[in-house]
Amino acid sequence: MKFIDCPPIGRRALSEFVYGGLVKHEPDHENVSESVWAEHVFYRHSHPQIQKEWWYHRPTGMWFFFERDTLTDVIHHVSVATKGYANEA
Amino acid sequence: MPLRLLKYAWKSPEEELRFFPQEKPLEKEYDVVIIGGGGHGMACAYYLAKEHGITNVAVLEQGYIGGGNTGRNTTIVRSNYLTSEGVKFYDESLKLFDDLSEDFDLNIFYSTRGHYTMAHTDSAMRTMRWRAEVNKHHGIDSEVVDVETIQKDIPYMDVECNGQHPVMGALYHAPGSVARHDAVAWGYARGAQMRGVEIHQKTQVTDIKTASGKVVGVETNRGFIKAKKVISMVAGSSPRITNMLDIKTPIEVFPLQSCVTEPVKPFMNTIVVSGSLHVYVSQSSRGELVMGASVDPAELHSTRSTLDFVEGLTDQMMDLFPFTSRLKIMRQWAGMSDITPDFAPIMGKTQIDGFYLDSGWGTWGFKATPISGKTMAYTVATDTTHELIKPFSLDRFERFNLVGEKGAASVGH
Repeated sequence: MKFIDCPPIGRRALSEFVYGGLVKHEPDHENVSESVWAEHVFYRHSHPQIQKEWWYHRPTGMWFFFERDTLTDVIHHVSVATKGYANEA
Repeated sequence: MPLRLLKYAWKSPEEELRFFPQEKPLEKEYDVVIIGGGGHGMACAYYLAKEHGITNVAVLEQGYIGGGNTGRNTTIVRSNYLTSEGVKFYDESLKLFDDLSEDFDLNIFYSTRGHYTMAHTDSAMRTMRWRAEVNKHHGIDSEVVDVETIQKDIPYMDVECNGQHPVMGALYHAPGSVARHDAVAWGYARGAQMRGVEIHQKTQVTDIKTASGKVVGVETNRGFIKAKKVISMVAGSSPRITNMLDIKTPIEVFPLQSCVTEPVKPFMNTIVVSGSLHVYVSQSSRGELVMGASVDPAELHSTRSTLDFVEGLTDQMMDLFPFTSRLKIMRQWAGMSDITPDFAPIMGKTQIDGFYLDSGWGTWGFKATPISGKTMAYTVATDTTHELIKPFSLDRFERFNLVGEKGAASVGH
């Protein structure tokens, strides 16, 4: 079993977390062209890289950011999502 | 006794022809370069040579033939998909599979088993009925069956699932089959090689060069190779290749794990899938139970295995087949699945002239090996997208014209 050191809640099993996908800035729904929206929803470079992701901790209901290497699965940095989706994505 | 075997007894083993002839030296230029020496790449090379007379072709493989997802899948072949586009495409593949052993003069152990997809909920039953109707419309042998029929055909299955989530019915697809996946890649490879195609193993493509929007060649660990047409058929490594050309795709790579039990006497004739329990199982010709589940929870470009997977899978498997608690797991492994948002592949031309993409094979690539090779060969040889793969173009996402195939993926993801 893999364990993660999460600053406020300590050392926790990875199985307590749910993957929430890549952190991306969402364009303004009201004033966005279809091509920009498609670009946002679908298209990306997904080669191996270190990326910032949403992870949900079920037991505490907290959202975290993991900076994770998608080649080695090493988590380089963990932080708590506190400012809300609009400000953090 | 075959004459060949008798002759072999009198010769030294060195005189016997190797299955694959000696690799030729790598040339500086080819008409077509195929990246990826798995089933798809070999099939494409085979049909390019056989049906279009294009033989100045090099297949570049970074590892060994069929060592990627071709050798890591659970070998299931079926065509009971959900969309018309998918059904037509996979059914053509099934028809090609039927004749492969004869085409290759090599036994691919193609074994028609019948394929059950169990439904444990009302909504799953609804999807099964939907799939059955789409299938029948296209002339595919596919029907919804009730629990009594299932129990009669698979008496060793606990249809009550230990009382947790009883089976309500199933989608039965009689043509569902298994095949020896390595032999499919080897057969295509030998067939292509016999017709003049070159296969270069341990040759990794490190970059793709373009000039004024056209492909001019590939950079490899063995030097530059000129080519006007380059086809990427690398499944789980697709994002690495498209990144070389700055092409964005909706593909995300997730590991897909499988395992086999110790071999036991043959008892299981059919392929059993349960979408709700996230498991699929068939018995190999050696007697092992070949089992798989859904993809790992997070993006990862790795073929590492985990204990979490085996624990999760066996837990569900024991609900369906209680006696499997006595079996030992012999091996487990993983492949990299290039998943698309609509669970359909991405095939055909790209915005770069001379660069063709055969990707987005997620968890459904092995069954498409013959037809993807054939349609991609047609597309490359004639520079016209084959009718069957038109719906699978890369730009369907910007047109919001998706091919929603998730409901027919083997298990819920």
